[in-house]
Amino acid sequence: MGGKSEPTKSESMATKTTNPDLLNSSFFSFKSLKLKTKQQELLLRISILGLVYILAFIARLFSVLRYESMIHEFDPYFNYRTTLFLTEKGFYEFWNWFDSESWYPLGRIIGGTLYPGLMVTAALIYWTLRFLRFFVHIREVCVLTAPFFASNTTLVAYFFGKEIWDTGAGLVAAVLIAICPGYISRSVAGSYDNEAVAIFALLLTFYLFVKAVNTGSLAWALGSAFGYFYMVSAWGGYVFIINLVPLYVLVLLITGRYSMRLYIAYNCMYILGMLLAMQIRFVGFQHVQSGEHMGAMGVFLLMQVFYFLDWVKYQLNDTKLFQTFLRITVTSAILVGGIALGVGTASGYISPWTGRFYSLLDPTYAKDHIPIIASVSEHQPTAWSSFMFDYHILLFLFPAGLYFCFKRLTDATIFIVMYGLTSLYFAGVMVRLILVATPAVCLISAIAVSATVKNLTSLLRTKQKVSQTGSTKGAGSSKASSKVTLDQSQPFQKNGAIALLVGVFYLLSRYAIHCTWVTSEAYSSPSIVLAARGAHGNRIIFDDYREAYYWLRQNTPTDAKIMSWWDYGYQITAMGNRTVIVDNNTWNNTHIATVGRAMSSYEDEAYDIMRSLDVNYVLVVFGGVTGYSSDDINKFLWMVRIGGGVFPVIKEPDYLVNGEFRVDKGASPKMLNCLMYKLCYYRFGELTTEYGKPPGYDRARGVEIGNKDIKLEHLEEAYTTSNWIVRIYRVKPPTNRL
Amino acid sequence: MKQSSVVDLLLLLLAIALLATPAFSDLVLSKVERRIDVTSQIARVTKTLKVVNSGSESVSEFILTFPKFLGNNLAYLSVAHSEGKGKSKRTLVNLSVREADSKGIPDSISVYSVTLPKSLSKGDTLTLEVVAAFTNVLQPFPEKITQGEIHLVMLQESAQYLSPYAVESQSLSIKLPNARIESYTKLENTKLQGSELKYGPYKNLQSYSYSPIVVHFESKAAFAVAEKLVREIEVSHWGNVQVTEHYNVVHRGAQLRGEFSRLDFQARPNPRGASAFRHLLARLPPRAHSIYYRDDIGNISTSEMQSDSKKTELLIEPRFPLFGGWKTFFTIGYGLPLSDFLFASEGKRFLNISFGSPILDLVTEKLIVQVVLPEGSKDISVATPFTVKQFQEIKYSHLDIAGRPVVVLEKNNVVPDHNQHVQVYYKFSNINLLSEPLMLISGFFFLFITCIIYTRADFSISKSSPTYLAKLQWDEVLATLQEVQSIIQKCLATHDKLEASLRDLSRTGDIQTCKAARKSTDSLLKDFSKELKPLLGFLQSSPIASHISPKVEELVAKEKELEEKLMAKHTTVVEGYEKKSSGRDIENRIASQQQKIIALRQEIEDLLEFIDEI
Repeated sequence: MGGKSEPTKSESMATKTTNPDLLNSSFFSFKSLKLKTKQQELLLRISILGLVYILAFIARLFSVLRYESMIHEFDPYFNYRTTLFLTEKGFYEFWNWFDSESWYPLGRIIGGTLYPGLMVTAALIYWTLRFLRFFVHIREVCVLTAPFFASNTTLVAYFFGKEIWDTGAGLVAAVLIAICPGYISRSVAGSYDNEAVAIFALLLTFYLFVKAVNTGSLAWALGSAFGYFYMVSAWGGYVFIINLVPLYVLVLLITGRYSMRLYIAYNCMYILGMLLAMQIRFVGFQHVQSGEHMGAMGVFLLMQVFYFLDWVKYQLNDTKLFQTFLRITVTSAILVGGIALGVGTASGYISPWTGRFYSLLDPTYAKDHIPIIASVSEHQPTAWSSFMFDYHILLFLFPAGLYFCFKRLTDATIFIVMYGLTSLYFAGVMVRLILVATPAVCLISAIAVSATVKNLTSLLRTKQKVSQTGSTKGAGSSKASSKVTLDQSQPFQKNGAIALLVGVFYLLSRYAIHCTWVTSEAYSSPSIVLAARGAHGNRIIFDDYREAYYWLRQNTPTDAKIMSWWDYGYQITAMGNRTVIVDNNTWNNTHIATVGRAMSSYEDEAYDIMRSLDVNYVLVVFGGVTGYSSDDINKFLWMVRIGGGVFPVIKEPDYLVNGEFRVDKGASPKMLNCLMYKLCYYRFGELTTEYGKPPGYDRARGVEIGNKDIKLEHLEEAYTTSNWIVRIYRVKPPTNRL
Repeated sequence: MKQSSVVDLLLLLLAIALLATPAFSDLVLSKVERRIDVTSQIARVTKTLKVVNSGSESVSEFILTFPKFLGNNLAYLSVAHSEGKGKSKRTLVNLSVREADSKGIPDSISVYSVTLPKSLSKGDTLTLEVVAAFTNVLQPFPEKITQGEIHLVMLQESAQYLSPYAVESQSLSIKLPNARIESYTKLENTKLQGSELKYGPYKNLQSYSYSPIVVHFESKAAFAVAEKLVREIEVSHWGNVQVTEHYNVVHRGAQLRGEFSRLDFQARPNPRGASAFRHLLARLPPRAHSIYYRDDIGNISTSEMQSDSKKTELLIEPRFPLFGGWKTFFTIGYGLPLSDFLFASEGKRFLNISFGSPILDLVTEKLIVQVVLPEGSKDISVATPFTVKQFQEIKYSHLDIAGRPVVVLEKNNVVPDHNQHVQVYYKFSNINLLSEPLMLISGFFFLFITCIIYTRADFSISKSSPTYLAKLQWDEVLATLQEVQSIIQKCLATHDKLEASLRDLSRTGDIQTCKAARKSTDSLLKDFSKELKPLLGFLQSSPIASHISPKVEELVAKEKELEEKLMAKHTTVVEGYEKKSSGRDIENRIASQQQKIIALRQEIEDLLEFIDEI
């Protein structure tokens, strides 16, 4: 309708201006296509969202272009292997799968010890595609699952932003999260890990819960319960939700924001979410039995007390009486709750907090008590540089966003503030939890950006409108236009706004450049294939891992047992298709400690351990030739610590000289003769690695090794990859007794 | 392995000794020349046989015999006879060969019967060219070697030609690789010239003469054997033939004993790893494109490709060097232009493509060729130069409904000599080509249709629920608002017309047209205000629009005001012209009105924008 009136207007303008130039005619055709402002806005919004959706997907394809369509890192290989199993054998086989290929001789009940969400999702996508007659390989589905869910996350971020602030903030949040390095690091194509779908599930649950709190609708609460169920099925990080949501509810209760909407949302979400979560075997009855989940239950009960008090207050009408009643009820409720908790804990019905949970609350806990958690690099406390690396400008926008949130305090903004602050604390405790904080940081920063830009543009627009009308009519009367210019009371306000806007866009474009650079340089490496630059700038590929795993797969007996440090367990089972002693699941500390003990013992002692574990091959990773620093020698102290934690025979000081870890001539004798040292440096003393350096020069540590004459008695070299990164030894059968 | 072959040999000798039966027929081989080439892992035997019929009856069948231990490993056998006299005119014509039952011939001998082109009458001669390829006859000895040892193999043969016919003159030459020769059986007339070992000539030998010889020598050849090779050839009528080959390769030479030392292999590869092979060379057809080389766990980056107009050479390096007994699996794939391989004949199309593997000197124990034809192909038949096992399957690929017919050809023990072309004939109409794009198009079409239906249709369950009713009402309010807006816009447009008439007036000075314009706008504006009334009434009555209606009313009021001001201005201007006052004078008079009009117009636009954002 509006479109119809416009052309008449412009026609009249065309007749008015006697010089019909080209510009004018194009202006005319544009005007005739003009949609209503609302439609324009919708079109813009949808196309921006569409572009962001695509952008989020393609930004994550660097790894495929640089390397190939492959699974990355360690855990994704396990996920890939299980997904393969699921698609081949079906869900029931998968659910009841006892895997004898890992944790030999214990085995592992896979169906009961994993979060099946990721695998089931990938399998469903795979089956859907097959149903639609697209016969893709399951590997491609697995590789692209993470980018696909990252794209979906941007949509959720948009709706979440819309819910807590406005559509503008939603759009900015979608763009920010689409390319935020903190999220990309875990969702590039090929990083087929639980986090890939979990962040989507996490944000979805939060969004639906906030929506439920805002509307008080049962449907949204139900949705959030299902979102929670999906999250539980996908990642152990669901504990964050089940603690953050009650905390949020508690804060609302304390700040006097209790409402019926909150009551409905929380109760529905908690009860249904709990019941649904119990269907996941790995979680089981933890919701009612484990200490980590007790907070949620306590808040649930508190809600009932609140509701009851509300009712009593309504019935009594007497404030004094109510005050006493309140006192009695609250004390008795706390008393009963406390006693129940105490009895539950004492009787062992409620399990205490796990080590992982403690280590989140207390950053120093893992270092002292659980070396196996502390040994993983992604469990280290976060350095400032990695915050800067992963958040870039968001780090500065975050406090600004908090300011805006506090200025307009609603139930929703309280939620996002709490989410942001708690997750940022956890991100400071562990590097990998930067991921959890990323959506919150993006949303809050988006609020800052959106609110700032909106303020600035509204400033600009009011001015522009006056000057515009002035100029159109100004053709008729020069006097009017001069008057309009006089009207501008604050001339620098507009210029300042323009300068600030330019500043904002400069910052945002720097952010985009930074994100692209980080994604392509730092986060797109599969870490299975290593790439380096040669002397002439050419790209050198070290494909030693796959070389070794493929050798194992093809040239060892199918029932061979491979002993290696646990980092490589998943990869050996997935790519080598052989049984391993320990793997990345790390569920049995003693078993890992046994392997650590074998690695740090003398060869004959280690041989007895290996015989008792039926080991046929030993695999070590060695970077001395290529200068690859994350090899087994550099991890060796953790093996000693973990081994020593269970077997006191192994003492860390035996491997150190004056508290220093060295491999050269000055190293301790125990170090120079332990199994790990021997296996890594076997015949290395004869090799010249670098021009001008003596033979046996270790490039990863930059020293000449201390023991060049290594003789193996019970093992023999079975295979060493072309760059010596992986070395495999065969355990000889015992010699005949005379 | 070796043990059993020795037993075989003894049995054979025993059988021959016991065999006292006379010659099979009256044929006599006047001259036999045998050449055995063992430079690769395949023992390739070429024989030239001059056959004379010395009997009285004409003969149409010729018997070829091999010791069983060779016959069992026979991979390829072709017999040709040369036609025409003189060297230049000789052409080879292939003869049909079949495995015959060994009637009257000991079990330890494999028998093949050759049908002669025409029966040989008394005294006639015929020259036969026999080419035979044997696999697994070069036995590694010792069977297990360490990394540093050289690879020695052993060949067992007979110095004399084993035949049911008497042989007048014969010779044997064995071409050995240019390397160390450990030992060989010395008989009379044995000569070693360079790398060629010669036995004979031997004259006038009885039928079934046999004298075993053993040659023990170093072989540097790659003993690459594909235990299983699946070649999938997928024909797409969009212009591509996609070939995918899955290899299970094993090194069938002497097995590696003890350690594999990378240091030795790197530093001194030649003596310390001579028995291993690192590369395989595949000679692909020219114009092969999109070549890839991968295995179960990903792409293998170590391969090189060279191509020119005649061929495409692909140097494949497995992930690890293959020592004796080591295995690997890999897949190579490449696309070929359809026009080079697909032809039409007699209303049918046929695919003319090579049967065996493009890798040089590779022995394939089990070869499965799957030719995937486009969906909808009919009347499928296959022509092969040798017998293969055939059957058909169905394969599902992208966007298939009925599935694609697959012709499967299976053959055991394939050597490079089998790299001949096979033809797959089928019928296919080009209309079928369009089915898949059409499917995609219709899929998207239905997707959009459902989206449209979903957005247009009303899916609420309870038509009487308050929220639903509220929604309906709200929709109505919105529709009314839109109408109001459109009318206001129309009013504004009319105002513009009025202004335009004023400008015309200032240019032309034609007062009459201006007045006419005024009249028409007057009537138009009246109509608009009439139209507005019921809408305003509705908005006022509707409770849901309570917060909007004041704004709308304000809008309408402002519009009225603007209208009045405009009219006043118009009257002033027209009057001015009628009084013939100067333009400046008129302008001065309307200046104040003009400002108010601009302000009002601005306010109306703001209000419109506000309403628009609801």
